[in-house]
Amino acid sequence: MDNLLLLFQAPPLALQLLIDGVLIGAVFALAAYGLALVWGVMNIINVCQGEYVMLGGYVALYVAHAGFSPFLGIPAAMIALFVVGWLGYRLVIFRIVERDLFISLLATFGLSILLGQFMNLGFGANIETLDAHLGTWFLLGGMVTVAQIKVVALAVTLVIAGLLIAFMRRSRLGQAIRATAQNARAARILGVDTDRVYAMTYALNAAVCGAAGALVAMIWVISPFGGLIYTVRAFMIVVLAGLGNLAGVIVAALGLGAAEQFVGFILGAQFQIAFVFLALVAILILRSWRLRWQRRYLT
Amino acid sequence: MMPAWAKRWRLRALETVARCVPFALLVLRIILRWLPPALLALGIAAPFLLPSFQVQLTFLWIMIVFALCWDILGGQMGYNSFGNIAFFGIGVYTATIVQIGLFQDVAAYTAAAGMQTISLTPDQYFEGLFIGLAAAPVLAVIVAVVLGLALLDLRGHYFAIATLGLGIAAGELAAAWTFVGGSSGVQVPVYPGSLQSGRLLFYFLSAALCITTFITLRWLYTTRFGLAINAIRDDEDKAEALGLHTTRYKIIAWCIGAVFLGLAGGLVGHIIGFIDPREVAFAGASFGVWMILMAILGGKGTLWGPVIGAVIFHVMRELFWTYLFGWQNVAMGVLIVVVVVFFPFGILGWLRRRYPQLFVRDAAQPGAAE
Repeated sequence: MDNLLLLFQAPPLALQLLIDGVLIGAVFALAAYGLALVWGVMNIINVCQGEYVMLGGYVALYVAHAGFSPFLGIPAAMIALFVVGWLGYRLVIFRIVERDLFISLLATFGLSILLGQFMNLGFGANIETLDAHLGTWFLLGGMVTVAQIKVVALAVTLVIAGLLIAFMRRSRLGQAIRATAQNARAARILGVDTDRVYAMTYALNAAVCGAAGALVAMIWVISPFGGLIYTVRAFMIVVLAGLGNLAGVIVAALGLGAAEQFVGFILGAQFQIAFVFLALVAILILRSWRLRWQRRYLT
Repeated sequence: MMPAWAKRWRLRALETVARCVPFALLVLRIILRWLPPALLALGIAAPFLLPSFQVQLTFLWIMIVFALCWDILGGQMGYNSFGNIAFFGIGVYTATIVQIGLFQDVAAYTAAAGMQTISLTPDQYFEGLFIGLAAAPVLAVIVAVVLGLALLDLRGHYFAIATLGLGIAAGELAAAWTFVGGSSGVQVPVYPGSLQSGRLLFYFLSAALCITTFITLRWLYTTRFGLAINAIRDDEDKAEALGLHTTRYKIIAWCIGAVFLGLAGGLVGHIIGFIDPREVAFAGASFGVWMILMAILGGKGTLWGPVIGAVIFHVMRELFWTYLFGWQNVAMGVLIVVVVVFFPFGILGWLRRRYPQLFVRDAAQPGAAE
């Protein structure tokens, strides 16, 4: 609780946490948008979302180690993860698309364990980070620091989100994806190749996660088994925002990022992961209470 | 194209096989009838017949308890929980902390992180062991009631994800709580007798727990309670509309799972000898998923399914560890995906679809009854 007092005594510190949280939250928004896309179109909750994020981070890491600019890692991760996602769909996901939701949940959970193990074997169990060689801004006479890479991450997130929205609105494939989300059977009758749409949706989701992972590697750390928490964050954001509510996703993501920073500071960093998972449980419980209250109101 | 003679022989072979099916079914029924006593005898003799596999055999019983407990909710009630591991972890910690706490200062012991050895006399050890084993299910049930009131309102995938979060949150909380050792874990008191006698004791305790679980569930599934939870699985709203107190039944089912998982946890702490919050007590990504996989592999929603699934799964796991060392966890991941995608109904589910006559419930065939 000493840290809580500290926050009130030193307002710049709170500002610092807020800025950090909001900038990190932007990256969560990317993974959450991908999750919402797959959930909405294919009716699958993709539990290996976080593993795609980590995998994207490793791709960026290896691109940078090969001597290229770290920022080249973002498109490289997107392309690599697009291929991974497409393969994942062709090998496993297409078998579970129109099945029981529990089966898809468990199958993607199995995939997430599998991917985690592969990353552990391929890249080692160490926690890794990627230095983007960018400076830090000092505000308010050095009391608040803003790492430039985090601002870049926010900008990249906004660009990718904008491109995605334009793609979904304008392009032929985007229209097909939206049509399939509304009614897969009708789309099929009208000549949409839904299998291809599903494959593209899933691969697109993986690519978005890959970009998020490249950013995570630069502003934070990546590790083979660190994926699940990103899945949970993404799920939580989507539940908070509601399916198909992009503005809500961004607000919820930024809010979650900030909340995490504050809790991590007040209770200590060892409680930060526990907080994320407990927040998930709490949000779902509150959601069900709200629904029950609404039902009571109706009857 | 197949030549005419080959076609004729193929037909004849198929006819012969078809004629043998009723006979084979009869043999199968007789085997099924004598299976439980035979298994029981085998279970008692196993640690003496295969002394080098005692620890693995002990875990086999525990695995069966896992699968059976998951199936109460997942199979019989249709609530797919990823978080049952939380009750197991509570059992692990409670049993050990109570055992230590009866005779020593727990905070000082865990703060030393294994540097301070604990020496209990045999009397103290057994007193602590049994009080600990009694406390473990009690605490697990208390937690289960509180969580059940909140969580069992959720439906479908929201329940699944919430319980997934719960299991991992519990592990992270245990890893952050310094009183129970934090992330460096707790050293369990050492058994005061010889290594061999300790192993045998925990083997038979695990076997007794597993058999008790099985008999309790077999009885429960024949009662009104079993019908009620099956009704909840089939259509919860309709069951509620018909006047069933669904919340009450759901919480009772969740608590029954918690009792046996808590006990299993108390035993596993002593079998492994060291409690790690994330890898042993709240191992959501290993034991937590495996218990689901075992029930599905055998056939969820059946009594024998989880048992069969657990045995096959455990043997496969040990084989992976022996022959695919280094890749064993990858193999487990592949196994999960393959089983879930290709065999979602499991072995007994497949048998029941193929040979429904095997599953006719009658008093003379206790083994064949589902």
